Amino acid sequence: MQIIENAKIYDAIIVGSGAGGGMAAKTLADAGLNIAIVEAGPFFDPADPKQQTQLKWSWESERRGKATRFRPFGDFDAAYGGWDIEGEPYTHKEGTKFDWFRSHMLGGRTNHWGRISLRFGPDDFKHKSIDGYGDDWPIGYDDVKPYYDKVDKLIGVFGTNEGLRNDPDGYFLPPPKPRLHELFYIKGARKSGVPVYPSRMSMLTKRINDQRGVCFYCGQCNRACQVYADFSAGTCLIFPAQKSRGQVDLFVNSVVREVTTDDEGRATGVSYINKEDRKEYQLKGRTVILAASACSTARILLNSKSEQHPNGLGNSSDHVGKYLHDSTGADRAAFIPDLMNRKVSYNEDGVGGMHVYSPWWGDNSKLDFPRGYHLEIWGGMGMPSYGFGFNVNDFNKFFGTKVGGYGDMLRSDAKKYYGAVVGVSARGESVARKDNYCEIDPSVVDEWGIPVLRFRYKWSDLERNQARHAHDTFEEILTNMGGELLGTKPGREQDYGLHTPGRIIHEVGTTRMGDDPKTSVTNKYQQLHDVDNVFIVDAGVFTSQADKNCTWTILALSWRASDYIVDQLKKQNI
Amino acid sequence: MDRRKSLKSIVLGSVATGLLANGCKPENDETLPIKKAVHDPVKWRTEYENQELADIKEEGSFFNEYQKETMAVLCDMILPSSDQFKGASDANVVDFIDFMARDYDSESIQTTLLGGLMWLDHEANIKCGTSFKMASEAQRKSILDGIAYYDPEVSERDRPFEVNFFTLVRNLTMTGFYTSKIGIEELGYKGNMPNVWDGVPQDVLDQHGVSYEPEWLAKCVDQSKRNVIAKWDENGNLIS
Repeated sequence: MQIIENAKIYDAIIVGSGAGGGMAAKTLADAGLNIAIVEAGPFFDPADPKQQTQLKWSWESERRGKATRFRPFGDFDAAYGGWDIEGEPYTHKEGTKFDWFRSHMLGGRTNHWGRISLRFGPDDFKHKSIDGYGDDWPIGYDDVKPYYDKVDKLIGVFGTNEGLRNDPDGYFLPPPKPRLHELFYIKGARKSGVPVYPSRMSMLTKRINDQRGVCFYCGQCNRACQVYADFSAGTCLIFPAQKSRGQVDLFVNSVVREVTTDDEGRATGVSYINKEDRKEYQLKGRTVILAASACSTARILLNSKSEQHPNGLGNSSDHVGKYLHDSTGADRAAFIPDLMNRKVSYNEDGVGGMHVYSPWWGDNSKLDFPRGYHLEIWGGMGMPSYGFGFNVNDFNKFFGTKVGGYGDMLRSDAKKYYGAVVGVSARGESVARKDNYCEIDPSVVDEWGIPVLRFRYKWSDLERNQARHAHDTFEEILTNMGGELLGTKPGREQDYGLHTPGRIIHEVGTTRMGDDPKTSVTNKYQQLHDVDNVFIVDAGVFTSQADKNCTWTILALSWRASDYIVDQLKKQNI
Repeated sequence: MDRRKSLKSIVLGSVATGLLANGCKPENDETLPIKKAVHDPVKWRTEYENQELADIKEEGSFFNEYQKETMAVLCDMILPSSDQFKGASDANVVDFIDFMARDYDSESIQTTLLGGLMWLDHEANIKCGTSFKMASEAQRKSILDGIAYYDPEVSERDRPFEVNFFTLVRNLTMTGFYTSKIGIEELGYKGNMPNVWDGVPQDVLDQHGVSYEPEWLAKCVDQSKRNVIAKWDENGNLIS
């Protein structure tokens, strides 16, 4: 079968349309460049009734919102894909575990994410200097701060300036008031010396321009917002890019196989498979910008082998795929008797997710783990969906009354306990390690004929100790709230409740940046050390994760790298 | 249809009007971008999902007619109808359970449901000399009284099958009912519609013995200015 070539030569070909790719597209299109965006999944617009799930009632799903293989976060969740995609497997090494979440669609995983939008702080770029683990980034907070500021203003994030040293201030929209269970959390956490602040999330509690609407508090950001009041890369970056002065060609349902190179080893474009006709195509570009997600980008590089790049593109250091690390995750919930018998007189959906949170407060120099975690809070009187009313009166055991039964008593039990469960989740930083990685599995291809990834990942005691500390914290705070803890506290044999790596969907580090081409994949402008016209603008470039979610940093870094690309193209350096 | 244009009209429509700060009845707020959820009977899933769903529906019922009738009797004992309340059948709970028994990942419940129905009739025949659905209400209750209660400290694996069967049916009945329109109305859930969140009502704060701190509230959104475009000074202080 012949590979079909497109004669057009783009200034840049962007692979992937999530946070990183979206920001690159917006920046380059605003600069008037001709770009191609190549996205593996379909077009998606949450304003299209044929794709919209926001404001649907549970009964509009035959399964009442229950998760499926295609939508593992529930039938109404906006992310297409999941941990287990038909025809696109991945494998594991040495019995280790890594769960890989992919969402192939315009905007990628930004369509359903929690919108928790935290800047990294000064320490987060220099952790090796502080605790000796991992490596320092080649850049610091001051390099990224101007871009965080610009991202805040362009996209919109609510929060408050608190003057916290490692959780920097920004340009915030005003936060929503706490919900009832969050007031309980504030009291309980403070009693343990854990500070609580308004959360920092990218929903528009206030108008920022005339192109996007204002939040109407349905609490369903994971379904993607039809008035574009939350941040998704499609609605907030790709659509504006399409309206700017540059030329934007969007290729959807197009899976990139590899970056193509010339005799000198420089990139000439990409080859991709069109899922609709199952044929292979080539696009030509002066630069290639990879934003396919940390692991997908590593896979594309490793599969781009040539005479000049026998170990894969940009991989002379043998570091592509190495230092893969996800956030740590652990959770606990409690039944709060003081939240029983709630009045249902009001709508407390609020924004999607929490209105308050606790950034890391500890001093790691005095603890047996080097990195921190933040706390997320959940609970409230949400819309009943699949699972509501299961084991409806198990909490009767706390009052010594019978559990189970049938008849109208179940109705009063359902109402008595509605909104009386509160949960706390820790999301923390793990230490990046060379021996946690993804690589090509030479014996398996996906249905597009592209060799797949094989993962090798293990937690260490540094993460286990952190999770143990988090569980002690959960227990203390929830008990302070008068809560009856649910489930049992996980011990050493359960890794202290650490989720399987990958489950928090914050994987980073596979193409890390650094000054030394022998130990890193890109330079500090996210340009491959080996090839000057290939850039990476997803979380692969993170030298280390922080005790924060990665999206706001992906956006800031992508904008910074894109400014550099525009500058270099204009100077004809690349 | 030109969806870009329709979106534009939704967004611009919300700019055109000024704000009425009426915290109590936010669902009537004229400034909300959408007045009411539009529920066109559109196929909102992807083509791939719609095909899967069509395949499940094409399979036909999981329960036969006799099993459906028995399930209806059982589910209506779990949530009976009365002058005050609607019952499980009013919310078509058996149809919901039938679907769940055919849906993705349902193998685990199929055998329990079929086996449990056989158990019910066997028990009714031994105790009352008739099938479960033909037994009198008192007879049926005496059977359920033996399987409806459990010790939550004992793990499910260590409970008798018939108790687990009844727990499964009770769970599915509760979920099926309280995710239906009449169930959500009965529960009184007030959300899933455009509104303006402006904090917990005072009577609710009083009931649960908590209050807002003035310093915290001072940081929060002034909903009367939500439609004024955000501006900051050079230090990041909001000035609009």
